[in-house]
Amino acid sequence: MSDFPRWKYALVAIVLVVGIIYALPNVFMPVPAVQVTANRNGVVDQALEQKVIAALKQQNVAYSNIEIAKDHVLASFANGDVQKSASDAIKAALGDDYTVAFNLKSTVPSWLTSIGARSMPLGLDLQGGVHFLMEVDQNDVIDKQETRYADDIRSMLREKNIRYDSVARNSVRGQGVSIILRSAEDRTAAGNAIAQEYPDLATQDGASTGDRYVLNALLRPNKIRELSLNAVRQNLGTLRNRINALGVSEPIIQQQGDSRIIVELAGVQDTAEAKKLIGAVATLEYRGGYGQPQQAIEAARTGNIPPDARLYKGRQGEPYLLSKKVIVTGDELADAASGVDQQSGRPKVDVTLSAAGAKKMLDYTSANVGKPMGVVYVERVFETKLVDGKEVRTPKITEEVISYATVQGVFGKNFQTTGLASTKEASELALLLKGGSLAAPIDIVEERVIGPSLGQDNISKGLNAVLIGLGLVLLAAAIYYKLFGLVADVALFFNLVLLVAVMSAVGVTLTMPGIAGIVLTLGMAIDANVLICERVREELRNGSSPHASIRAGYDKAWATILDANVTHLIAALALTTMGSGPIKGFGVTLLIGILTSMFTSVTVTHAITAAIHHGRKLKTLSV
Amino acid sequence: MEIFNHNSNINFLGMRKFSIGLAVLLMLASIVLIATRGLDYGLDFTGGVSAEVAYTQPVAIGDVREALAKAGMEHAVVQSLGGTREVSIRLQPTQAMMDDGGKVNLDKVSDVIGKALHASRADASIKSRSSVSSQVGDELRSDGVIAAIFVIVGIGLYLWIRFERRFAIAALATEVHDVLLTLGILVLMKREFDLTVLASVLAVIGYSINDKVVVFDRIRELFRLARKAEPVDVLNRSINTTLSRTIITSLFTGITMAALYFIGGPVVHGFAVTMLIGIVVGTLSSIFVASPILLWLGVSKKDLMPQTKENPELARRP
Repeated sequence: MSDFPRWKYALVAIVLVVGIIYALPNVFMPVPAVQVTANRNGVVDQALEQKVIAALKQQNVAYSNIEIAKDHVLASFANGDVQKSASDAIKAALGDDYTVAFNLKSTVPSWLTSIGARSMPLGLDLQGGVHFLMEVDQNDVIDKQETRYADDIRSMLREKNIRYDSVARNSVRGQGVSIILRSAEDRTAAGNAIAQEYPDLATQDGASTGDRYVLNALLRPNKIRELSLNAVRQNLGTLRNRINALGVSEPIIQQQGDSRIIVELAGVQDTAEAKKLIGAVATLEYRGGYGQPQQAIEAARTGNIPPDARLYKGRQGEPYLLSKKVIVTGDELADAASGVDQQSGRPKVDVTLSAAGAKKMLDYTSANVGKPMGVVYVERVFETKLVDGKEVRTPKITEEVISYATVQGVFGKNFQTTGLASTKEASELALLLKGGSLAAPIDIVEERVIGPSLGQDNISKGLNAVLIGLGLVLLAAAIYYKLFGLVADVALFFNLVLLVAVMSAVGVTLTMPGIAGIVLTLGMAIDANVLICERVREELRNGSSPHASIRAGYDKAWATILDANVTHLIAALALTTMGSGPIKGFGVTLLIGILTSMFTSVTVTHAITAAIHHGRKLKTLSV
Repeated sequence: MEIFNHNSNINFLGMRKFSIGLAVLLMLASIVLIATRGLDYGLDFTGGVSAEVAYTQPVAIGDVREALAKAGMEHAVVQSLGGTREVSIRLQPTQAMMDDGGKVNLDKVSDVIGKALHASRADASIKSRSSVSSQVGDELRSDGVIAAIFVIVGIGLYLWIRFERRFAIAALATEVHDVLLTLGILVLMKREFDLTVLASVLAVIGYSINDKVVVFDRIRELFRLARKAEPVDVLNRSINTTLSRTIITSLFTGITMAALYFIGGPVVHGFAVTMLIGIVVGTLSSIFVASPILLWLGVSKKDLMPQTKENPELARRP
């Protein structure tokens, strides 16, 4: 006879249990930890763990736990201060072979994580960290492209036997390449050739005086836009790789608009260190090998380096002699992927070059089969120091040979590098090749540091606001609507649990505006119950029986609740989709909150109300 | 327990000339305020300058803020940099920090901030300073416009389909009223307008539309139930019967926002205050403004009857 079918009771019970389980991880607060990751030369093993322990013992730093994970050692500590001194101690003991970074260690029990339950990651404002807003240098993108087109056009004209006086970049940036030819016919031929070979260029006749016929080749605007978007995208990838190497937990690396990138590193306090890493400009160079291996060792020993060669060091510090002339640089590299060679079964890296790069590579390899070629990784880091109160940026350049192999045959666009020690090395090299170079320099236009103490403060204030807001509404509802109010209270509490569960499962980063959204949702979630209770009261006043009043109350209120919430949902959806930063965090919370509150305040309260009043003869209702 | 008389029969529509007149007046006043004095945009919108300051002795954030306020930099954002001896300061550049050309001069920034801090503490030294660009880029601004259009069209469309054209118009008109008034009061209070406040203003739209729809829903219900429906009577009865719900919900939501204001800390102050203003404005306009607009638009019983019954031709078909 019940108004409320049995399957709905089951649904409510299941949802509540699942909700509680998935909300549970948030109870376990993560502890401060230091993560040690191996650089190229380092190995993560028991010995490293012992070294870390020894370093901590020596400096009298108490640790609560040390464990070896897949590719890092994680040591956890009681609080942030200990974490800081621990990091210093470990850094001093391990040197350059390892990256030592701040991290947080989750204390969520493994049975919870194994079913995918996790706690909400905390935003920067709640746990402290650094925030950078970076801008990709658009000018550099245009400069590079124009220079490249000037080179390409020059070699194309030579190839097609079109005589020219000069091909040079226009002195004004963005004005393209100006080509000076000797006759009007040559100019037409050059114009046609360019239009055919480079559809991204628009040609235009310039002034002609005597025997100077000027032809201008301009980058089309949509090409410029595409280039800078590509630059941003490539830089995003590069930054992601570098930050992953830092070992920061939950980094946020986002594109904003056409030319900006936001990087947020929670838990990191040292901006100088972070900047050094993300601001580094790295590139690759393919250079011809020079002479015999013994010659390199000899040169390293004596310091006598042949005039057209340069001495480099490899990853293990071994010497190499490479030609001074660069064959191809990293920004002519289109793609790189690691894999296994079908024939030999050994690890390899497949490289794809851009059209211009392919041509240069083809030219070089056709002339140099059987000779060695080296890949040099070049990193330029700007170190900012204050000298006499003024900021001085000094570049520090690191060059390292990451691959040195014999050219096996003639190749151009696609080729593979073999002779790598392991698949791990192959995938690292691919990553370096692909992500190692920034497509364009990045300027840091904004930088903010949020202290961890402020984060702690925010968390406790936010938590208090949630609890006290919830408490006051629970109290008010119970007083005003008596039993029905108490039922609504239970539902409201479960709404909070479900909201937290969904946010955690979806992986919403909790921020202060997010907390404000939770508080607001709690206040508004009660609205559906107010609607229902007021309806039940009205029905009672109109003389309906208690059971009929409950039924009518829910039935009639439902349409209103639906209309009101759908309109509200539309607003929340807009907030979520348009927003970035605080607006998005807030919008997502609101969106989820509206959905969960519709379930709890209608279905859950109905289930409880039905269970309480079911099969009882009622004279009146406590509402 | 009941606070409100369930038999209340206040003639809200009777005072419609006065209430609408007041609403229009307040809206105009808000527009004038926003246009002349303008919103006090925060750093999120304007960008500004930032400096890192080191002290040799531990320093309290409040003291730094006070020292800056004394020198005329009230809205500075002061945060501790991990320890107790370093703080970061972000603020809008003042006239004294600009070149003749109106551009920020970083050396002058150091001078001005340095002087202000030295007045209270001699051990302060400026470590670095930089220009901060605004967080809200042009893209974000255009996204905002798109989102606002999306909200207006989406809500309007929904109400048009579920109710009737006039309800959509009335809801959107009151919506504009609520947002303008909320912004006007923010200007009057000289509240800083930052991203969280913007989020709050957008949330006000959600709250207030929710509030209006409940009244509209009752209007539709009463029109359909009543045999002979005089629009004024139906509207009045709808407002009266939903009055206790309108106010109780506002109270409950208001309670949580007050808790947020008093306990949540300075980060969410702007949010809570804006929401509180929005709740009051939205509640009042649900009661006094939305229904008179409906009346003027000429809402009637005929428009609200379910579509199927209106077409006997269709009903007769098998």
